Amino acid sequence: MSGMTISMAEQIANLQRVAPELVLSLFGIIVMIADPFIKPAGKRALGWIAFAGALVALASVDVAIRSQGFAYSRLISTDGFSIFIHVVVIVAAALAILGSIDYLEHEELQRGEYYALVLFATAGMGILAGANELITAFIGLEISSISSYILCGFRRKVRESNEAAMKYFLLGSFATAFFLYGIAMVYGSTGTTHIDSVRTALERQMAGSGHMPALALLGLGLIFVGLGFKVVAAPFQVYAPDVYQGAPTPVTALLASAPKAATFALMVRIFYISFQPASGMWFWVIWVSAVLTMFIGNLGALVQTNVKRMLAYSSIAHAGYILVAFAAATEFGVAAVLFYLAAYVLMKVGAFLVLTHLGQRGEKRLSLQDYAGLGMKQPALAACFSLFLLSLLGLPATGGFFGKFFAFQGALDSTRSHGGAVIALVVIAAINSVIGAYYYVRVIVAMYFWPESQEYVPTRVSGAVTFALVVAAIGTLYLGIIPGRVRSLAINAAHSLPIQQSSSSTNALLRTRGAFYRN
Amino acid sequence: MHTPASYLLTVVTFLPLFSVAALLVLRSDDHVWIRRIALAASVGEFAVSLLLLRGFDITDPAYQFPEYYNWIGSSIHYHLGVDGISLFLVLLTTFLTPLAILCSWKSIHEHVKGFFVCLLVIETAMIGVFVSLDLFLFFVFWEITLIPMYFIIGMWGHERRIYAAVKFILYTMFGSILMLVGILWLYHLTGTFDLPVIENMLSNSAPLPSTEGLLLFGAFFLAFAIKVPLFPLHTWLPDVHTEAPTAGSVILAGVMLKLGTYGMLRFCLPLFPAAAHKLAPFIAVMAIIGIVYGALVATVQHDLKRLVAYTSVSHLGFVVLGIFAFNAIAMQGAIYQMLNHGISTGALFLAVGMLYDRRHTHEISEFGGLATPMPVLMSLFLFVALSSLALPPLNGFIGEFLILIGTFAGHHSWAAWATSGAVLSAIYLLWAYQRVALGEVTVEKNKTLPDASLREKFILVTLAVTILFMGLASPYFMRPMEPSTNALLQQMNDQLQRPQNASLPPLPRTAGAPSVVLPAAMVERQARP
Repeated sequence: MSGMTISMAEQIANLQRVAPELVLSLFGIIVMIADPFIKPAGKRALGWIAFAGALVALASVDVAIRSQGFAYSRLISTDGFSIFIHVVVIVAAALAILGSIDYLEHEELQRGEYYALVLFATAGMGILAGANELITAFIGLEISSISSYILCGFRRKVRESNEAAMKYFLLGSFATAFFLYGIAMVYGSTGTTHIDSVRTALERQMAGSGHMPALALLGLGLIFVGLGFKVVAAPFQVYAPDVYQGAPTPVTALLASAPKAATFALMVRIFYISFQPASGMWFWVIWVSAVLTMFIGNLGALVQTNVKRMLAYSSIAHAGYILVAFAAATEFGVAAVLFYLAAYVLMKVGAFLVLTHLGQRGEKRLSLQDYAGLGMKQPALAACFSLFLLSLLGLPATGGFFGKFFAFQGALDSTRSHGGAVIALVVIAAINSVIGAYYYVRVIVAMYFWPESQEYVPTRVSGAVTFALVVAAIGTLYLGIIPGRVRSLAINAAHSLPIQQSSSSTNALLRTRGAFYRN
Repeated sequence: MHTPASYLLTVVTFLPLFSVAALLVLRSDDHVWIRRIALAASVGEFAVSLLLLRGFDITDPAYQFPEYYNWIGSSIHYHLGVDGISLFLVLLTTFLTPLAILCSWKSIHEHVKGFFVCLLVIETAMIGVFVSLDLFLFFVFWEITLIPMYFIIGMWGHERRIYAAVKFILYTMFGSILMLVGILWLYHLTGTFDLPVIENMLSNSAPLPSTEGLLLFGAFFLAFAIKVPLFPLHTWLPDVHTEAPTAGSVILAGVMLKLGTYGMLRFCLPLFPAAAHKLAPFIAVMAIIGIVYGALVATVQHDLKRLVAYTSVSHLGFVVLGIFAFNAIAMQGAIYQMLNHGISTGALFLAVGMLYDRRHTHEISEFGGLATPMPVLMSLFLFVALSSLALPPLNGFIGEFLILIGTFAGHHSWAAWATSGAVLSAIYLLWAYQRVALGEVTVEKNKTLPDASLREKFILVTLAVTILFMGLASPYFMRPMEPSTNALLQQMNDQLQRPQNASLPPLPRTAGAPSVVLPAAMVERQARP
């Protein structure tokens, strides 16, 4: 490189393109600096600082929107796609912070580092969403992972929480190691770690030798192990129920939603851009993984009586539905993934925040039996919970329905390249959502049909939690009734990626239909 | 076009939902006003829906009162309309809902507000199903009917209500989710969710390849057959009816089961005529088994409500048979029988519910000789039972008769077998009536039972008058149906007559809309931003 000096204008543009990460880190640091100066009684103020940080970060996304493009020698790509994921992730974090303030208070865990870690984790996920280079992605992954390991074990005196943190840490480290090893192989095979350049290199090699270099494919396999772990795709889902159950509930709310969104974003970039030429090969890997993920998640959830664990399994199942859309390998599929993530984050965070409140002190009230008759005791809260559950189940007029709808639609649209296999996949997904109906509905049965539980004494829902729940509920309904706007944003976001349809799957129909939606 | 009344369908569809808002502002222990407002809302809704009759052009087979707006992007539309097939089903819904509300006046004590909210929401959803002309919109309404019904069964039902509620929702959801896949697949093939556009496309330019047609037909048909329910998918129905509160049973039997038969008429037949023809013999056999089996099982029931539930399996077998006879008379008979079944079975459930309110049991052996203490209620019960067993000149006779002669024209043996069901229905209903009403009063408690109250008399007399009117003045109902059913059969025949896969290029396997030749008007409509 000749021009090592960067112009001032470019420097500023770089900063603008990572504005959300800057804001999140800055507020994380502010929280940590302020922490020692605040008396234990007033620590909850730190939560509000963190919440303000999330809001400012959300506002700063606008700065990024205005100066889209590559940042820092193409390490980061600030495009529509990355911006969509940023919004999703930051909203999840903001809602989780709101849910944490009172939770930490009654668990006597109110500490500054908690909020700082949430903000840092979110910044890491932001980097993950925008990474255009594999080592940068790795750094993002590590920032978010390490913060989450600590957050998982935040209830230090509780065994399950420690177990969760340990399990997550050990398995997570393995997974990131696999990811790193995969990067090394891809680099070895192509000589680059830039996501878009990998593709060019692979195409050049394929033009030369006529087939995909084995080393690169092996690298892709290892990368899938690492990222599959983060999105809880089978067979790498084993840790999820224990970790999600053991972690403090607001942390679970964050863990089950935001990292999934950020990691799927990275997967889209790696699979759709770098390894587009191999899409015929990885399609089957995703297919098998999607089927396994859905069945393991749903069948696992069927037998749970602990609602938190049930929701943990359900988030495995939802990773499966997202993989169905992911398998499509078209721009439409990407848009479906994005829409699904937006809906998923709202309903999942909402459901876990309800649990945060219902769990009460020490998270003792998490079994189905505790919620018997809740519909009579706390009608508003029960109605909210029912809405999130029905959305997770995929009932029309909720965001979850359109998530599934677009996912199935996206998958079916790719029949040209994948034939009957995608139809089978969609049918399997459909059957799975009926299995899912059973356990979501069971919670509603308990809340409304069972005689009221005498042991459970309802507590007042605090203002912060109420606000978070109202936002999540309105969002879920908005996406379920007038999804058009978010849908077209998702399509534009998908369009901003340099996904080239390989000649076999160029489909004029998709283009025209994309135009329909964009109108 | 009907420009002056162009918002009428939206009003009819959403008025009940709108009145839910009025209920929500009431205090939940103000039972009196909750009941009054719910009743007033549903009666008002019925009155508004009658305006449909006034503006309906009975000579026009097309969809009337059309409304068409973009909803999501430009591929999913808010597209409403009624034709001769759906018109009276909408009226049936708006007619039965006030009666269902009235019959719950005293029998629902707990969570009164929630109950009436559920009933009104379900009314909106059911009307929505009947008037949607966009597959997607249809599916949304279709699914929304489930949740309020699920709560009605699960919260206000009898002892095993939770089991019944869960069974109900899992059964129907299984069917409908495969229909969703079917809808998406159809969209993939045609590039639109709009029913008239798809119909046009399939009949004017290119029929579906036969395997795809069969699979899609299957995906839709399964959902409808579960809802109807067609033998052997009927097993959810008796359990659910037995446990549901009276109003729930009335709505379920009166209207919700018709969603299935309506779906067959509206989607299965015009969209996949080849597949429908191919599978018609199997479906007819299932329908006939349902007719006979339902009747036989009803005969041996010792639970009065379960008995009535099984009569539904039998009667709806007739409807399905009439639909798949592909004959104008049988089809009109089937639609008429859908209305009759709604009225008669609704009335039977109401009468059974009135007995339950008095004795809190459905066991036939707990009754006996009831005609002595309550002559009025029992004679109305008999009248309703006679309508259900198709005694001329009551309404049931017209429907069954038309179905049978229509079916006989093409398939002698089908009609012959089905007729046995008509005979059996006389046996089980009259025998049940005999055990419940005639003879000495067998149980001491029954001697002092009060006869029908004014409210109960009003409900049953209204239904009895309707039954008589529908029996005597059937042309009033049949004439608006004729153009639509004829057009439907014509359209099916046109599609079948064309040499399949020969002169016309079949739909390309995966590419869709752009390669299908669309009439210019439709292209313009599709591309509308």
